[in-house]
Amino acid sequence: MTTQVEQKIRVLIAKPGLDGHDRGAKVIARAFRDAGMEVIYTGLRQTPEMIASAAIQEDVDAIGLSCLSGAHMYLFPRVMELLRERGADDIVVFGGGTIPDEDIQKLKAAGIAAVFTPGATTGEAIEFVRTNVRKTV
Amino acid sequence: MELTRKILEGDVRAAARLMTMIENGASEARAALKSLYPHTGSGYIIGITGPPGSGKSTLTDELTDELRKRRKTVGIVAVDPTSPFTGGAILADRIRMQRHSLDADVFIRSMATRGHLGGLARATNDIVDVMDAAGKEVILIETVGVGQDEVEVVGTAHTCVVVSVPGLGDEVQAIKAGILEIGDIFVVNKADREGANRTATELEMMLHMAPDTGGWLPKVYKTVATKGKGIVELVDAIFEHKAFLDERDLRKKKGRERSERAFLTLLQETLAARTIERFKRNGSMKELIERIADRELDPYTAVEEVLESIGL
Repeated sequence: MTTQVEQKIRVLIAKPGLDGHDRGAKVIARAFRDAGMEVIYTGLRQTPEMIASAAIQEDVDAIGLSCLSGAHMYLFPRVMELLRERGADDIVVFGGGTIPDEDIQKLKAAGIAAVFTPGATTGEAIEFVRTNVRKTV
Repeated sequence: MELTRKILEGDVRAAARLMTMIENGASEARAALKSLYPHTGSGYIIGITGPPGSGKSTLTDELTDELRKRRKTVGIVAVDPTSPFTGGAILADRIRMQRHSLDADVFIRSMATRGHLGGLARATNDIVDVMDAAGKEVILIETVGVGQDEVEVVGTAHTCVVVSVPGLGDEVQAIKAGILEIGDIFVVNKADREGANRTATELEMMLHMAPDTGGWLPKVYKTVATKGKGIVELVDAIFEHKAFLDERDLRKKKGRERSERAFLTLLQETLAARTIERFKRNGSMKELIERIADRELDPYTAVEEVLESIGL
């Protein structure tokens, strides 16, 4: 190991639920990489349990959840709940997908830090992660 | 130390945090590694290496499955490349391993190379030690997709598995140098593809050309990782190699070599870092580099002068 400190932001990009549309998740994964972050990409059809477990093993600073199936009201809060149970709710969780306005407030109340809907740019998501992740190693 | 205690008790989050600190070169990591060190040395380390797209992740996933059937706890360190342009990385090896993500006896950690060459990340060795101390009985290291020269894994692993695939044309030729010499076991994966037998035969021929030193004779195995074919035989082969090493006390020898390398690397890094730090602090660094650039001073003399000035 070295003595110089080189802190990298690590982000897990996961697709919970059963829909097979992973283009958005892949675009965001790539954009985050190009912004200098380390992106752990876990692919399609992840259960909240799998996502929480991977996030803890990988010690990520943030989790981006992409969901286009309409099941976000169950899946996103469930991820938060599992992180809380395992004392890992300092991980910033944000979501993206076709999510109606009335759901966004409820998701935020459940601990989801931000929700990006169609039309949001990758730059906004990058900026959000950079400003909101924990700063200490 | 609190962190160490938690890791030894099997706390995943604590181990994962330490791994991040190690990767980031945080000073607290050293203290934790110091106290964990006496608890390392019992894990069996297996390296999985081969060219990009040869199926290393899927094979690692299948090996893990078979090892779990044999009641072994498993740690996986999967290394992917860092983009040299942005410093970012997409670590996607987990995609193929997700069925183990809820198994408490499997710990998967993805790492980016962060500019380190050789097929591993700089911190891979230390991360393996953390998994070892956390009680993982078998630790699989999946290297980045390698060419001919990235053979660093051989310095860490007890058994080195080199993966190839049929139909890459001169791929076997390409792995001849370097990589052929590090394999304890060779795998032709995707063996349901045309040309698998020919690739296996070519590999065998090359292995037979190596001088017989009375040591381990590497064999070639065919697998179809996506269908789980050939995996039982491969795991058997790994344990045969382990038995071979243990009978001849060679595992200890490999361990000693690994310790030596780890020690020397640490010594070099620490010495360099401290020297540079001290040198920077007295403010003469910039001036010295100017003089070297202007050809007033050569870099060899400059280094000697710096070392002399700090008494080395």
